[in-house]
Amino acid sequence: MADLAELEQKLADQIAAADGLNALENIRINALGKKGEISLLLKTLGKMQPDERKTFGAAVNQLKARVNQILAMRKTVLEDAELDRRLATETMDVTLPVQADPANQGRLHPLSQVWEEVVAIFADMGFAVADGPHIETDFYNFTALNIPPEHPARQEHDTFYFAPDENGDRKVLRTQTSNVQIRTMQNQEPPIRIIAPGRTYRNDSDLTHTPQFHQVEALVIDKTTTLAHLKGTLEEFFKAFFEIDNLKMRFRASHFPFTEVSYEVDIGYTRKGNQIIIGDGDEWLEILGSGMVHPNVLRNCDLDPNVYQGFAFGMGIDRIAMLKYGIPDLRAFFDADLRWIDHYGFAPFDIPSLTGGLSR
Amino acid sequence: MKFTLSWLKDHLDTDASLEQICETLTLIGLEVEGVEDNAAVLAPFTVGYVTDTIQHPNADKLRLCTVDIGAGESMQVVCGAPNARKGIKIVFAREGLTIPSNGMLLKPTEIRGVKSCGMMCSEREMGISDEHDGIIELPEDAEVGKPFAPILGIDDPVIEIAITPNRPDALGIYGIARDLAAAGLGTLKPGEIKTVNGTFESQQKIGSLSEGCPQFAGRLIKNIENRPSPKWLQQRLIAIGLRPISALVDITNYVSYDRCRPLHVYDADKLTGDIVARMGKADDVAFTALDGKDYTATESLQVIADDARVLGFAGVMGGEYSGSQLETTNVFIESAYFDRIVTAITGRQTGIESDARYRNQRGIDTQSCVDGIEQATQLVLDFCGTDKTEISHVVVAGQAPTRAKRIEFPIAEVKRITSVDVPTDKIITILTDLGFEVTGSGDVLDVLAPEWRPDINGKQDLVEEVIRIYGFDSVIATALPRTLVVSKPVLTPLQDKTVRSRRVLAARGMKEAVTYSFIPEEQAKMFGGGAAELILDNPISVEMSTMRPSLLPNLLAASVRNAGRGINDQAMFEVGQIFLGAENADQKICAAGIRRGTATLAGQGRHWAGKNSKVDLYDVKADVMAALNGIGEKAEKFQITTNAPAHYHPGRSGALQLGPKNIIAHFGEIHPRILKAFGINEVIVAFEITLNAIPQAKQKKIGKGALNLSNLLEVKRDLAFIVDDNVEAIKLMNAVIGADKKQISGVSLFDVYNGANMAEGKKSLAVEFSIKQSDKTLTDEEITAIMDKVVAKVGKAVGGQLRDS
Repeated sequence: MADLAELEQKLADQIAAADGLNALENIRINALGKKGEISLLLKTLGKMQPDERKTFGAAVNQLKARVNQILAMRKTVLEDAELDRRLATETMDVTLPVQADPANQGRLHPLSQVWEEVVAIFADMGFAVADGPHIETDFYNFTALNIPPEHPARQEHDTFYFAPDENGDRKVLRTQTSNVQIRTMQNQEPPIRIIAPGRTYRNDSDLTHTPQFHQVEALVIDKTTTLAHLKGTLEEFFKAFFEIDNLKMRFRASHFPFTEVSYEVDIGYTRKGNQIIIGDGDEWLEILGSGMVHPNVLRNCDLDPNVYQGFAFGMGIDRIAMLKYGIPDLRAFFDADLRWIDHYGFAPFDIPSLTGGLSR
Repeated sequence: MKFTLSWLKDHLDTDASLEQICETLTLIGLEVEGVEDNAAVLAPFTVGYVTDTIQHPNADKLRLCTVDIGAGESMQVVCGAPNARKGIKIVFAREGLTIPSNGMLLKPTEIRGVKSCGMMCSEREMGISDEHDGIIELPEDAEVGKPFAPILGIDDPVIEIAITPNRPDALGIYGIARDLAAAGLGTLKPGEIKTVNGTFESQQKIGSLSEGCPQFAGRLIKNIENRPSPKWLQQRLIAIGLRPISALVDITNYVSYDRCRPLHVYDADKLTGDIVARMGKADDVAFTALDGKDYTATESLQVIADDARVLGFAGVMGGEYSGSQLETTNVFIESAYFDRIVTAITGRQTGIESDARYRNQRGIDTQSCVDGIEQATQLVLDFCGTDKTEISHVVVAGQAPTRAKRIEFPIAEVKRITSVDVPTDKIITILTDLGFEVTGSGDVLDVLAPEWRPDINGKQDLVEEVIRIYGFDSVIATALPRTLVVSKPVLTPLQDKTVRSRRVLAARGMKEAVTYSFIPEEQAKMFGGGAAELILDNPISVEMSTMRPSLLPNLLAASVRNAGRGINDQAMFEVGQIFLGAENADQKICAAGIRRGTATLAGQGRHWAGKNSKVDLYDVKADVMAALNGIGEKAEKFQITTNAPAHYHPGRSGALQLGPKNIIAHFGEIHPRILKAFGINEVIVAFEITLNAIPQAKQKKIGKGALNLSNLLEVKRDLAFIVDDNVEAIKLMNAVIGADKKQISGVSLFDVYNGANMAEGKKSLAVEFSIKQSDKTLTDEEITAIMDKVVAKVGKAVGGQLRDS
């Protein structure tokens, strides 16, 4: 029995001294392999007396189990060391740049972003979005809007014309999106609540004018809408769009052929350095034209002005985009300078919403 | 429209400040565009007294003046003005001031070696007139050291307002005063014009009148002396930007601005026979108008003429020949009512801009002809009258149409349109103050519009007048009632596609451009456009003359500009209108994009991990598929063909279509010839998707159907086929799928090989396909049977032979 203790001590010492998995395996084979020392001891059992066999056998089996356990423990230690050694050699430079993310490189034009912002606000107020053609007949651009042929307003519009057709009629590039209002009133029974955002054209080009720009017009027609609703709607819109609580507005009486009771609307602002801050302030910024729809326009759309009434207004999308996002030059909007789009544009997943916030 | 404060106060009795007046004007629709307050600008320029002058030691024409500038101070000023002399009072400008007319800052200076402090000023330097022959001489009693402007009466603030086309009445200062009085800013002074009695029948007769001149009034005044008009009138005219010429001319300008009553004064001695209004005739000879330019009347232009010649364009501009000169002694005054439209046409066709045209074409007071004559007569008498002056009776030919708009005005209309409760008596007062005749006092008023308001046609015009004057502050902001508690979606399917396609393309690394709808004609033609109906008659330039048939020309032009800025890898798109014709249905929304350089999705520019490849048609094909999937279409349901238009490379372009006719999208390399025209010498790939062309689903389907998942793995098998080089991959893939539609659930093509060991004109296409196992594991025999079907089908469909591996 003392031999067994001696053997165990010897194996334990060898295992502890094993400096690698191979050495450990050799120890295991020498101890527990077919001809290993412990295996050989077990083979001697057959020649023993039953009593002796019982006690000795139990002792050898216990020894075997203990040696196995020490071997396993030592193996784990050696494997961990081996892994640590390998890992120590496996390094990558984490600072090397990855390929750029397309979604991070793509940009939406500010006009598209602001279009969605405007639509989100008006949609919440129950306005649908209407479209119409850019190349328009004289009727839809002028006559239906109460601008007869010799009206001075026609000259003021700087209209782009196409050559006359065989009947002498000239088509025009729409000077406002009001053509959409007419088409809507002709095709839809009131109540009507629409906005018509879109591209418009004027023959004018200088530092602050481009021959095309973008407008959003709104039209509400029912039996009860008054000037008070016009004021309320604009107030709600500007507060939501500019994300401000205080808004100063000024309504100046004006004249548009298609509205009677016509107002130009200014909003208050202050200047901080080069920045314009909308809301409060002592200065006024002209922002839109508005009014109650002219009875003649209603009649032109077969609506009885004694029954139906409503308001309309129009403002520049480019202009409110410039104001909100501090974009200085209108002409750059249409220049497709990738550096400009990168700077002033919006990421593809920055979707404006009333729930997540409009501004990005 | 400019006027001075004192001129306004000729007609308006008011204590209101300049600021109050301007604010009110703006709110009631006469928007103030600018105020020049001369009193403030000229305040630092003061009265000086020249106590002594001596000759400049070094210059013949200069004198050294000693100027007492008040408060015991004296300055030495070197001056070259001929009238600079001892004993006069002058306008003195100190060092440090800026001369208003030329912006010159006065600094300490030496002139020819002599120190000169400050300056003595001319009228031109003070912005009073063009006079620069000498310095201003102030009256002897002018107090030294005080501002000089009030002494000359030139401290009058000048107000400029914008006039909307509906308000010709506000082109007369009296009309502005009327509006202000109605708005509560003072009392309108009586505006009656004094009648001057004539003593003889005018020898100058008025003959026939054309339709465009319903009324023509005139008066002959003999034996006058034309001379410069009085200082106060000159100052007013200068203040509002007009040049004083002579009393006779200045009077016409004065009345035109004072009452919006254009006049003309003829030299009566230059007239031959009756004066008439008529349309131009083919044999009318050219004449010189008062702007010094020669014009020839045509049949669409209305003229004033006598027996000998055309005298001028009616209501637009007179002629030089018969105009009044300083020597003129006998005059005939014209005060007529001209039709607005005829005047507008005459004005527009001649291109003459004049105060008369501006007023006449907007519609002046129809009943003002005789008053205009009388007002002018009194002024002619005052300024040019002599002992021998004789005045004829007024001659009136024709009859001006009266507008006589009588409107039934239910006062409830004010509330209906504006929401504001304006008391009835207030409504009546406002209208009356504005010159309307109001009768009745019940629920419906009977209102007669004044003759000077051509814009008033119906009851809503009256509502506007009432609320305009009553004030918008009375309108209480009210939100529109919510018709639905939760708003419904508002975008049409096309709008939704427009919005979503933008975001999908941006998510693929593309930047969105917004470009002009018009392009050069030759570019339009390259892309299948340039039809006559799409060419503008009056483009802003030839570069912007033709409506774009495609978004690509602008993107290519932009690509060139961006490459010029050193950006070589470009991925750019636009979603916008294209014009295939002038009809509504031909104006379509398109999403288009280009890629250049290495601007692929995998990565662009140089990268340490490997070379980024150049763009090719598969990049833009992927864009098209992604955009279609992104807007809710199934890209794989579209047929892929080679039907791309001519602006693409014929062999490296394709199309996606639904059925034989409906092409939804194109993609491919831009044709090298077009690239060359744009000055581009590298490959650019592009795509175009016509969003309108995608058929609209009849009904929106919500829900995705049941999902049946099998617990058994799909079996995957690879096969490689040798086919002819021109066999399209899609045909082979379709054949694989079609071999056993029930069992084969998918196919992918993973290898295309036409290199070594491949026979001439052949290529190898290798596919992996999946076989479904729905309820039991397939046996080897069953799998082999399916593979045999695939081989047979591919052989039949595209002549494919199994490649030995």
